[in-house]
Amino acid sequence: MIETRGLRKSFRSRAGRETKTVDAVRGVNLEVAEGEIFGFLGPNGAGKTTTLRMLATLIEPDGGEATIAGADLRKDPAGVRRRIGYVPQGGSTWDESTAREELVLQARLYGIGKAEAHRRATRALDAFQLSEYADRKCKTYSGGQRRRVEIALGIIHEPKIVFLDEPTTGLDPQSRAHMWDEIRRLRAEGMTVFITTHYLDEADALCDRIAIMDHGEVVAEGTPAELKREISGEVVLVGLDAAATPRAAELLDTEAYVTKLETADEGGLRLYVDEGATAIPQVLRRLDGDGLDLRSIELHRPSLDDVFLTKTGRSLRES
Amino acid sequence: MKLARDTWLIFQRQIQLLLRNPVWVFVGVFQPVMYLLLFAPLLKPALNAPTQAAAYKIFVPGLLVLLAIFGGLFQGFGLIAELRAGVIERSRVTPVSRLALLLGRSLRDVISLIAQAVIITLLALLFDLRVFIGYLLLAYLMLALIALMTSAVSYGVALKVKSEDALAPLMNTVAQPVLLLSGILLPLTFAPGWLQGVAKWNPFSWAVDGTRALFAGDLSNDRVWQGLSIIAVLAVAGVVWAARQFARSVR
Ligand SMILES: Nc1ncnc2c1ncn2[C@@H]1O[C@H](COP(=O)(O)OP(=O)(O)OP(=O)(O)O)[C@@H](O)[C@H]1O
Ligand SMILES: [Mg+2]
Repeated sequence: MIETRGLRKSFRSRAGRETKTVDAVRGVNLEVAEGEIFGFLGPNGAGKTTTLRMLATLIEPDGGEATIAGADLRKDPAGVRRRIGYVPQGGSTWDESTAREELVLQARLYGIGKAEAHRRATRALDAFQLSEYADRKCKTYSGGQRRRVEIALGIIHEPKIVFLDEPTTGLDPQSRAHMWDEIRRLRAEGMTVFITTHYLDEADALCDRIAIMDHGEVVAEGTPAELKREISGEVVLVGLDAAATPRAAELLDTEAYVTKLETADEGGLRLYVDEGATAIPQVLRRLDGDGLDLRSIELHRPSLDDVFLTKTGRSLRES
Repeated sequence: MKLARDTWLIFQRQIQLLLRNPVWVFVGVFQPVMYLLLFAPLLKPALNAPTQAAAYKIFVPGLLVLLAIFGGLFQGFGLIAELRAGVIERSRVTPVSRLALLLGRSLRDVISLIAQAVIITLLALLFDLRVFIGYLLLAYLMLALIALMTSAVSYGVALKVKSEDALAPLMNTVAQPVLLLSGILLPLTFAPGWLQGVAKWNPFSWAVDGTRALFAGDLSNDRVWQGLSIIAVLAVAGVVWAARQFARSVR
């Protein structure tokens, strides 16, 4: 659905007398499949918005190519515009207009006739549960309501792909959950959704596939599960008395599913396994069979933050 | 035609928002009306005009041109607010014509200027100003072209500088010499030769002369067609340049 090859963009900015060049995006290759929720995860300034703005035809790439829903970004930007929707990070509604006015105008800007534009606006207001406030000025909306209006604006022309730049930033947990549902509904309707986020849990729970971006480059790409498995597998923490530990280590070291075994300082073992869920019963059986007394057992699954840490040497939470 | 349809859409939206808050009309005419009431009475003796009406024939056209220049030049501020709200970006991802994004807005500015000009003309009628309606309409055409040009330039500059803090001093710096060198408030007939020489290079000086000739009922005065042509060419250039800014502006 989206394919990019070597997409690049630098900005020149003046700081006092010097001009500095920021390589915001440096060679991004992506493939996004039809009907998936694709997530762009990365810290502030990673280049997520810049990439999105290039794909949405708002800024011209310095280099590279992209095909979006069959239209070439460079040769046919008008074709790209017709096929995509874009919801900017910083909002897109005017304080003094109402949601209905905004929706009708946006539909008409896409070339839709007046009567049809009104029908679509009404339908969108229903779908996003905004009918109640439809004729109130946008400045009176809550953050979550306003964000929903903006997303409705982005899809009023029923695009094949919609780009949502940080759709949940600044929303309270309840509105966020609500927004996730809306995004899943778009996917259920057959739309390809491309979101950016710096929330780990959002990338993990909402996205079918993600690309982790840092300093203008994609450092990892795949499903959240794949990415996590790739880095270290999963870790089973076995709690044992210090006295029982050596014997347990001896027993488990020979097991095929244990890729690596470490002894913890205060007693107990760390077992690196491919899949913790199937390893745990086997560990239990093995130790039980030898009459060893098990204090606790715990499964540690690597998070996307661990993935980010291995790929960049920093934690996403800190950057 | 797509351009006409898109322009109409943008214009409709802008006018709707303007009418929602009609205070603008009064704010817009307040200052010129003050000039009309408090400054113009000084003019009859100063200009050595035979009657008050004759003084108004000289002063009112200048006042209207002034209104057109300033009304247009400061429209960029509204655009920066729209830029910040993301409204422009939202329009730019649609296939809407970039020229229409500009023309729809400039057209609103032209219409609101003409509305203000009508109010001021009507007031001046109370002070015995008399103008032939056909000439008045030609004068309004001049005003419309001026407003189209200055508002387009203002939008173009706004898209380039993207901040009120940069736009305000810039517009003031441009507006002051333009104002002083155009003979808007007082005709330059009394000016020393060098000042008249400099003013020749100011297109608005030609526009003011042309408008004055129209108010004086002197259609055969060359300044009428010269002023109209100069301003028309500049308006087209301004529109083309500003529409390009709408097409490529970043953020
Ligand atoms: N118009 C611009 N002029 C100059 N520099 C820019 C411009 N837009 C972006 N940048 C720079 O490019 C880099 C990438 O910015 P971008 O907005 O793409 O980051 P992001 O990943 O979206 O970050 P965030 O999570 O904070 O939204 C940053 O260093 C930013 O300062
Ligand atoms: Mg961003």
